[in-house]
Amino acid sequence: MSLIDLSSTLLFIAFIAYLVGTLFFGGAVKGGKKDASVSNKKWGTIAITVTIIGFIANLGYFITRWIYSGHAPVSNMFEFTTAFGMFVVGAFILIYFIYKLPSLGLFALPIAILIIAYASMFPKEVTPLIPALKSYWLTIHVITAAMGESILAISAVAGLIYLMKSVDTQKRTKSSIWLEIVMYAGVLVLGFVIVTTTFKLMDYNADFTYVDKNGATQEITYNTPALFGMHEYEMKSPDKMKPLAAMPALVNAKKLTTVVWSILFGSILYIIIRLILRKSISRAIQPLTKRVNMQLLDEVGYRSVLIGFPVFSLGALVFAMIWAQEAWSRFWGWDPKEVWALITWLFYAAFLHLRLSKGWQGQKSAWLAVIGFVIIMFNLVAVNLIIAGLHSYAG
Amino acid sequence: MKNITCECGHVNPEGTHLCEKCGRPLTEEEKHAKVVDMKYEGRAIRSKTYNKTIIDKIWNFFSSVKVGVSIIVITLVAAAIGTFLPQVMYVNVMQGEDAKQAYIDNYGTFGKIYYNLGLSDIYSSWWFQTLIGMLAISIIAASIDRGVPLYKSLKNQRVKRHESFMKRQRIFGEKEIAADKAEESLNLAEKKMKELKYKVRREDGVLLAEKNRFARSGPYINHVGLIIFLFGVMLRLMPGFYIDESLWIREGETASIPGMDGYYLHNNKFTFETYKKEEQKQEFNQSKAAVNSIAKNYQSDVVLYQSKDEGIAGETQDMKKVAHHAIQVNKPLKYDGYALYQMDFKLNELKAMNFNLVNKKTGKSLGEVDIDLTEPKKEYDLGSGSKVEVKGYYPTFSGFDDGEPQSDSPLPNNPAFIFKMYTPETPKGETSFVAIKQTLEPLGTTKYQMKFQNIETRNVSGLTIRKDRTLPILAIGGIIFMLGVVIGSYWSHRRLWLQRTNDGRLLLAAHTNKNWFSMKKDLDAVTTYAHLPLWVDQQEEDEKEMEEKEGDNTL
Repeated sequence: MSLIDLSSTLLFIAFIAYLVGTLFFGGAVKGGKKDASVSNKKWGTIAITVTIIGFIANLGYFITRWIYSGHAPVSNMFEFTTAFGMFVVGAFILIYFIYKLPSLGLFALPIAILIIAYASMFPKEVTPLIPALKSYWLTIHVITAAMGESILAISAVAGLIYLMKSVDTQKRTKSSIWLEIVMYAGVLVLGFVIVTTTFKLMDYNADFTYVDKNGATQEITYNTPALFGMHEYEMKSPDKMKPLAAMPALVNAKKLTTVVWSILFGSILYIIIRLILRKSISRAIQPLTKRVNMQLLDEVGYRSVLIGFPVFSLGALVFAMIWAQEAWSRFWGWDPKEVWALITWLFYAAFLHLRLSKGWQGQKSAWLAVIGFVIIMFNLVAVNLIIAGLHSYAG
Repeated sequence: MKNITCECGHVNPEGTHLCEKCGRPLTEEEKHAKVVDMKYEGRAIRSKTYNKTIIDKIWNFFSSVKVGVSIIVITLVAAAIGTFLPQVMYVNVMQGEDAKQAYIDNYGTFGKIYYNLGLSDIYSSWWFQTLIGMLAISIIAASIDRGVPLYKSLKNQRVKRHESFMKRQRIFGEKEIAADKAEESLNLAEKKMKELKYKVRREDGVLLAEKNRFARSGPYINHVGLIIFLFGVMLRLMPGFYIDESLWIREGETASIPGMDGYYLHNNKFTFETYKKEEQKQEFNQSKAAVNSIAKNYQSDVVLYQSKDEGIAGETQDMKKVAHHAIQVNKPLKYDGYALYQMDFKLNELKAMNFNLVNKKTGKSLGEVDIDLTEPKKEYDLGSGSKVEVKGYYPTFSGFDDGEPQSDSPLPNNPAFIFKMYTPETPKGETSFVAIKQTLEPLGTTKYQMKFQNIETRNVSGLTIRKDRTLPILAIGGIIFMLGVVIGSYWSHRRLWLQRTNDGRLLLAAHTNKNWFSMKKDLDAVTTYAHLPLWVDQQEEDEKEMEEKEGDNTL
């Protein structure tokens, strides 16, 4: 088995371990009886053990791929997002050993699983580094930034659990609706993964030519049936689905098609889940959060921001600036990725000030933590894929 | 000024919440609170106390955390809007076109609105800069407003606090105890707390154990770092602190470096490499991506010279060679505070053109002419009575205007010439217009022609020259900031008060600025060991009560 195959296998093992770990964490928070604590503890021990095994396999993936490719595997969307998922699990393990909260695992692991699954939808090839990335700062900056983001993500997990417990999901309130929207967003990501995987398994390829905004003719291959055609497209694969509508040159119709497929599929999936559960997803999950200590969760949320914020500042701003000075001759250039790192930083700065001086604890703090995670994900997904900039090679 | 005299006799300044000496609550609000507000130790905060004069109002505005957070949020939103479309520095503006047109061409109506609102250059707009300035003022004002009283009160804190202070701490416990037992408990507590790395102070029947007080300084330290950083950024606007120039330099050329007086650069060679097929991993070869399209290296091999005296650009032998370097992306040439970066390149720029003067009929050659396209000579003598005069040179020939050839640019992208050819056969000379793939004879058919032989090309390096004397200041600011953030985030200030009352009770109270969970672990360790009263978290109690009232607790 070659190193790269070993690397993929290890990632797969990690993925499965996280799935299994989630189930065990489920066992660790279940049980309505007062004497459940002993069995819960046992389940919790198994769960964290499985998670750590998964994490070690995940690290194995990271290291073997690093050796194989000769550079830190954080140089494209697949690599970075997978690393981010791995660090989320790492951050969870760290926080778990401080607070011993199994319910945190029940939510952190599925989020990490979704992130890694999402990452796997991108091309997994090992590509050589372009000149701009050839620097040891790639390793230092990207890994530190990803670690910071993943610790901050744990605060969102704690926030989510806090909200699950404290929001009355039976009533239709702003909070309960937004909480369900968060659940729906998770299902949409799942929809994206399922759609992409399905068409990948079917080996769906449809070739087109189109005219880009500079008037040049380009080729493009769709991996999902084309709902939208590129600007002045011409089909080269006649037996494939014909686009329903053509888009202006400004819009990347291929990405739009993928997004619409994901939303369509995710929504259908959501409806099916609702039909099976006969209640909202948040309502269905809520009983799992019954036994958590809200004070403690609130502290976990705050503590993860406290741990993550300095790491994020160091990785995403300080190291980023040093590298930018070295590679691009200026430490700051208002590139979209830079700006969104600054936005993330400003957001968490506001979070800390609101908490310290305005006493925004509990639900308010929990919502802020969830919004912070949305900003991080926006920076990861949208800024790389939609907003073009110096960092867009990562897409 | 209205001072507040506490029951203990201490005179507190107006605005004090908790007596500076004994901790008794002084305001009605605190007197009725179950848990007192321990922010800034109950000290008088200027901005919360005075609001009469205009100075008070300005001070209160900027030192308000609400205002500070609002500024942060507005900055954040503005910064986000600036990423909707590429900023003007990242937009390709065609020559002879204005930026607005480029936005309209690329992004349609939305681009037009975006440009007209000034969002295409949002970060240099006066209002964005004002926001940053206000943020800086806010950081300074808020830090002084709160940092000074906090520092004073922590520095002057007494060991003994009044019972009403202890009772209103989040963590509180009491029990009845005999005097000698109490003393023993205090001794044990002292021992345990010292083990836990607390500093212990004792007075008669009272104990204060304190740990990591420096953690409280974290936010103020990081704010100082931020201010230094912002100051550094502002300093770049001062002349001399910041140089940002660019230089296009051809292979083989020596040029004076803009912004770097007395320095000259010689470009030996520019290299552009892509990854070869065998350098790529197998997996990649199998994918559809074009194999040779991944750039591997951009490199300019240069020599840096310094002129010996303040003379004009001379020959390189009059200059001192000070460095040679292969400038690559991520590997700038650094010298004397300057840095030269590989930023751009142009491959195969025309360097010279070679023509042959031939007789059209016979094809007989009278000699070759080598024309340097950067500096064509006026006249080329071929000997034996033949010569060629360059009557006109058009480096980037773009067509005729009113019969006159035009050039778009001084760079030889599409060179064209008007030659006057003299031969023994045609001593009066014949005129011919020669461009690439085009020959015109405006003054009648000629016997001779300048026949194009070949071209020589060379690459051009695009370099950026930077000097940023603010970098050390920014670095200091950054380091102080990181230090402050780490201090403020990774340590927490914990305190434990113990007190034996005159009526035979032992009181316990504790406070931490964060991480109550860890504080409680310390407390758990000490309470059993030193037989201290069992304590409760009064805030948690409150919440439990509320939950029970709501009937939400199904356990």
